[in-house]
Amino acid sequence: METPMDKTMPLHEAIQLYVKNGSHISIGGFTLTRNPMAAVYEIIRQNIRDLHLYAHSNGAGLDELIGAGCISKLEIAYAGIGKAAPTCIRFARAVQNKEILCEDYSNYMMSLRFMAGAMGVPFLPTLSGFGSDILTRWGFSESLRESDPKIVNKKLVVIDNPFGNWAEAEKVLLVPAINPDVTLIHVQKADSMGTCRIQGLTFADIEQAKASRNVIVTCEELVEKENLRQNPDLNQIPFLHVSAVCHVPMGAYPTAVYGYYDYDSQYLKKVGRAAKTEEAFKTYQDTYIYGVKNHSEFLNLIGKDRLRAIAADPETGYSVNMKRD
Amino acid sequence: MNKAPAYTPKEIMTIMAAREIKNNDIVFSGTGISMLAAMAAKKINAPDSVIFFETGAMDSLLEEIPFAVADPRIMYRAAANSSLADAFATMQNRITGDKVIAVLGAAQIDIYGNLNTTCIGDYESPRIRFPGSGGGCDVLSFVPRCIAFMQHERQKFVRKLDYLTSPGQLAGGDTRKKAGLRPGGVSIVVTNLGVMRFDKDTGRMYLDKFYPGITQDDILSNTEFKMDVSKASEADPPTETELKILREDCDPQRLILGP
Repeated sequence: METPMDKTMPLHEAIQLYVKNGSHISIGGFTLTRNPMAAVYEIIRQNIRDLHLYAHSNGAGLDELIGAGCISKLEIAYAGIGKAAPTCIRFARAVQNKEILCEDYSNYMMSLRFMAGAMGVPFLPTLSGFGSDILTRWGFSESLRESDPKIVNKKLVVIDNPFGNWAEAEKVLLVPAINPDVTLIHVQKADSMGTCRIQGLTFADIEQAKASRNVIVTCEELVEKENLRQNPDLNQIPFLHVSAVCHVPMGAYPTAVYGYYDYDSQYLKKVGRAAKTEEAFKTYQDTYIYGVKNHSEFLNLIGKDRLRAIAADPETGYSVNMKRD
Repeated sequence: MNKAPAYTPKEIMTIMAAREIKNNDIVFSGTGISMLAAMAAKKINAPDSVIFFETGAMDSLLEEIPFAVADPRIMYRAAANSSLADAFATMQNRITGDKVIAVLGAAQIDIYGNLNTTCIGDYESPRIRFPGSGGGCDVLSFVPRCIAFMQHERQKFVRKLDYLTSPGQLAGGDTRKKAGLRPGGVSIVVTNLGVMRFDKDTGRMYLDKFYPGITQDDILSNTEFKMDVSKASEADPPTETELKILREDCDPQRLILGP
């Protein structure tokens, strides 16, 4: 059977089509690797506001979105960008100034929440978090939860093990499912139908994609369907989950893509410095995000020399002996 | 008289933690000095220990020091690159989880080894916001042994945490078990002044070792809660061999060790 499902489109169209004011979004990647940066920058350029963001340990993408004022609510486990910003700077500022509402979970809890969403069950159990303030302190109040049908009524719930003491657990902690309106991920390879191949760690990208009503994929390489079908064992996300495929080489820059390029620690450090004051951060975003039309113009601004310095060595998948400080 | 080798606080901290890692341990590593300690143990005293990361990389080769647990450097020649869900299942699952020793850092710790990596001040309007749990809460819920790295200061060794992110012995005694947690929590605290452990019955932290040149009083004056220092003795300083391997093989660029 022929399935003429060409989902390729320019990134700005995909963002326009699927990300709206007030959308619940999730972004893939982890701290300084495979953040969907091109998609994040495009959301910022399109000035989409009041977003509800779900992530586990995001870094660069999360902080740019918060810094640009796109986020109103956040459900995450961690916000940091390695040495460049051990705590995401705009994130910390926004929480301290009560500009955003933040609900804290752990990485496993967030992973399970996406998994529950992908499975179509309302919750999954874990043995993590008993006795912690993650369980008892809520960032979203009960009244907020009641007033918003898109937010679950409780943060977490502990119940007695309904199977007695089976598997040596007296209690289990239940984490509620997440089904984002749209998930943004950046992968190494995709075909025009949306089947994806991720190299290296997948983090929770697969669960995030499968839990989501729509998925926007940006990819380093847009390849022929045949190319991915020759080794289906290496593909993680089949096309049926995907709404849009956007070919954006270096679309995770300045974060890393295993096998393609390293993170740009110099650039991340520069952004980290700028993030410390309103003025410098505004100047930075004006120049590098609002001042360019798209990701390829942004990369031109970064310059070939920097991009060459972070190019991955084909054997190790990262830039060997790259100057990092 | 043999002159003891000179070392920095970060170097002695790394070596103290590395010595706690045994051959065949599965080492869960956080970022920064935790990674360096895991690498040092593998190169010095526990060659068959296995390093893994919450992001899903198992037994990474680590030819260069990673800057984060998602660094591409942890993906190269791992036994398997999988996912967060897999990595945490490895710790929650008792078959593998009971062999894990975790190495991580925190912003605040209390006498029961509970950790705060979330905020200083009130949770709703914090004075300082930190990154959050990451995998910390999960790891401390699941695995039997954990080394925590801390800077030894009064505002970090506190009577009461501003936020309990990751569970240690909770309120001591059997409170951890009663809450639903397995045996576990922080078992060793390594600071720039000494090494702390926890009493099996009370769950309270006590001073085990102080570094050469450091006194019990130095440690007490940098700890807000009352800590038992009566069992403490001086730590064996890092040997020349340990320092040589740490400096030359683990972090030759001093990316983590610093100047």
